[in-house]
Amino acid sequence: MNRIDAKWKALREAGRKGFVAFLTAGDPDIKQSEADIRLALDNGVDILELGVPFSDPTADGPVIQAASLRALESGMNLEQVLDLVRRIRQDYDQPIVLFGYVNLFFRYGYERLARDAAAAGVDGILVVDLPYEERGEIAAALAAHGLHRIALAAPTTSKERLGMILSDAAGFVYYIMVTGVTGARQSVREDLQERLAVLHAVTDLPIAVGFGVTNGEQAAAVAASADAVVVGSALITAARAGRLGDLVQDIRGSIDRAVS
Amino acid sequence: MDANQSGHFGDFGGRYVAETLMPVLTEIDKAYAEASNDPAFQAEFADLLEHYVGRPSPLYFAKRLTEAWGGARIYLKREDLNHTGAHKINNTIGQALLARRMGRRKLMAETGAGQHGVATATAAALFGMECKVYMGAEDIVRQAPNVRRMELLGAQVHSVESGTRTLKDAMSEALRAWVAEVEDTFYVIGSAAGPHPYPTMVRDFQRMVGDESRRQFLGISGGRLPDVVLACVGGGSNAAGMFAAFEQDTDVKLIGVEAAGYGISTGKHAASIAGGQIGILHGSKSYVLQSEEGQIQNAHSVSAGLDYPGVGPEHAFWAQTGRVAYHAVTDEEALEAFFTVTRLEGIIPALESAHAVAEAQKLAQEYGADKSIVINLSGRGDKDMETVLRIMKERHESH
Repeated sequence: MNRIDAKWKALREAGRKGFVAFLTAGDPDIKQSEADIRLALDNGVDILELGVPFSDPTADGPVIQAASLRALESGMNLEQVLDLVRRIRQDYDQPIVLFGYVNLFFRYGYERLARDAAAAGVDGILVVDLPYEERGEIAAALAAHGLHRIALAAPTTSKERLGMILSDAAGFVYYIMVTGVTGARQSVREDLQERLAVLHAVTDLPIAVGFGVTNGEQAAAVAASADAVVVGSALITAARAGRLGDLVQDIRGSIDRAVS
Repeated sequence: MDANQSGHFGDFGGRYVAETLMPVLTEIDKAYAEASNDPAFQAEFADLLEHYVGRPSPLYFAKRLTEAWGGARIYLKREDLNHTGAHKINNTIGQALLARRMGRRKLMAETGAGQHGVATATAAALFGMECKVYMGAEDIVRQAPNVRRMELLGAQVHSVESGTRTLKDAMSEALRAWVAEVEDTFYVIGSAAGPHPYPTMVRDFQRMVGDESRRQFLGISGGRLPDVVLACVGGGSNAAGMFAAFEQDTDVKLIGVEAAGYGISTGKHAASIAGGQIGILHGSKSYVLQSEEGQIQNAHSVSAGLDYPGVGPEHAFWAQTGRVAYHAVTDEEALEAFFTVTRLEGIIPALESAHAVAEAQKLAQEYGADKSIVINLSGRGDKDMETVLRIMKERHESH
């Protein structure tokens, strides 16, 4: 069983909600990035979304843009991201999802990517700028190597379109809570529960909600209706300020309290 | 050729964007298809092109250039004479009409040289719409007069400080901003680039450049077609509009002229077809300047409008099929052509257009006096005077 599916099963059985952490691989350098990832996984993160740094991250706000730039300046590339996954995988069994932009995967070669990622211990791939209509590029290669192609859904996605784009999604659905780029927001959208109800009506997959979740309070509000909470920019900001462990624990605790 | 239903030109094109933008791209695609077949829409567009933009622009026989180069007869398609001084206005009027038809009251745009920004701000003023323009901080400096024009027209100019602070980063930032405002804002893309349906739509909204040139040349020559048609290519909107009209005339040689900057071999250039590889940038698959690993590289051109590390997907397709040949011209050659046209014809060309002129000069001597070359003079060069004068001064001081 794919580690992602096993994780959801375990969470469901334990009556818990998931915590998905996004960190940019190689930020600010490979060594510190690995230490940050280990710290996050040691403090209650359920699923790791590992950002592959790209020069032109058009879906990302200033925090992840800056993280990508730092990682690239430290010399990070996709091969090194996979090496990092391999090292993490020796000590951790949490699912790892690669999160990246299509050009890097295209240039690496989809078949080679799927093979190498699976061998390194990756469980799924989320290509932020590869929508349903273009999924044919990569879908077969991922499936052949047992990797889940994680689908994105957005507030702008109609119910009709949701039915289509989730028809062959796997692992979980990443619901983009805001119409905007990644990064901090003041509050959690008020109609989140209704939005998620629409999603649940068209898919049985778990739904992780992200974009804009900044702290434990917001994470708790999201966890009240979602299956998992995704936090990215806020973790990166905390990591660079030396308080990643505290924020991870705060969010973990808030998610657990919201459910119990 | 037309892109297929999913927006691909052969191996190129497509819609490589986050899910958040897919619904609006689908909506634009549908609205544009309807508008294309709506005689009322086309009539209003044609009326504005005639009475507001000042079309048709002349096809001018450049007698002194022809004599100086001593070869083929040289014709200039005078897009510099359009309202706002470049071909960009054709497309922004078209997209603003479409935005209005879709009920959007706000326009946004990216700009490099500032011509597209000015043209979008102009269309916004004309239709009483709000307008935001994203422009690289570097370009804001080198195209200062256009920044003032946009502000005078009521547009907000956002300085983009990320990356190389040029057109590439302006477009990335515009895409980010659009995601947040997609419900009420229409993104007016100025190049025949970006996700489907933009490459097709921009080409169509520029196609009159080629249609007019073809008709005008047939009239002048008593039913013959030109031997060569040249246009500069950054993202490639003026060239796409020009070439589309001649695509089926297989005896007409079509040449797109990219910016070779300091020279292709130096790595400091903006020639995506001559010096790039297939990749995905800003929503479509095409030729892209990038590292082996797929990180987008910085482009360089003296001309801000060509200073972009990608090219429209239909150009990639034309390059692959061989229907259009793509050559590249250095900063130095373009500057020389800039002065040649200015001094011999009394026309100050945009540095972008000067690239096409420079290539024409090379070809003119290969072709005899019985042959004809049409150059798309895509814009006027007033905006470039500061750049050109600065370079002249630097050269003078270094001597």
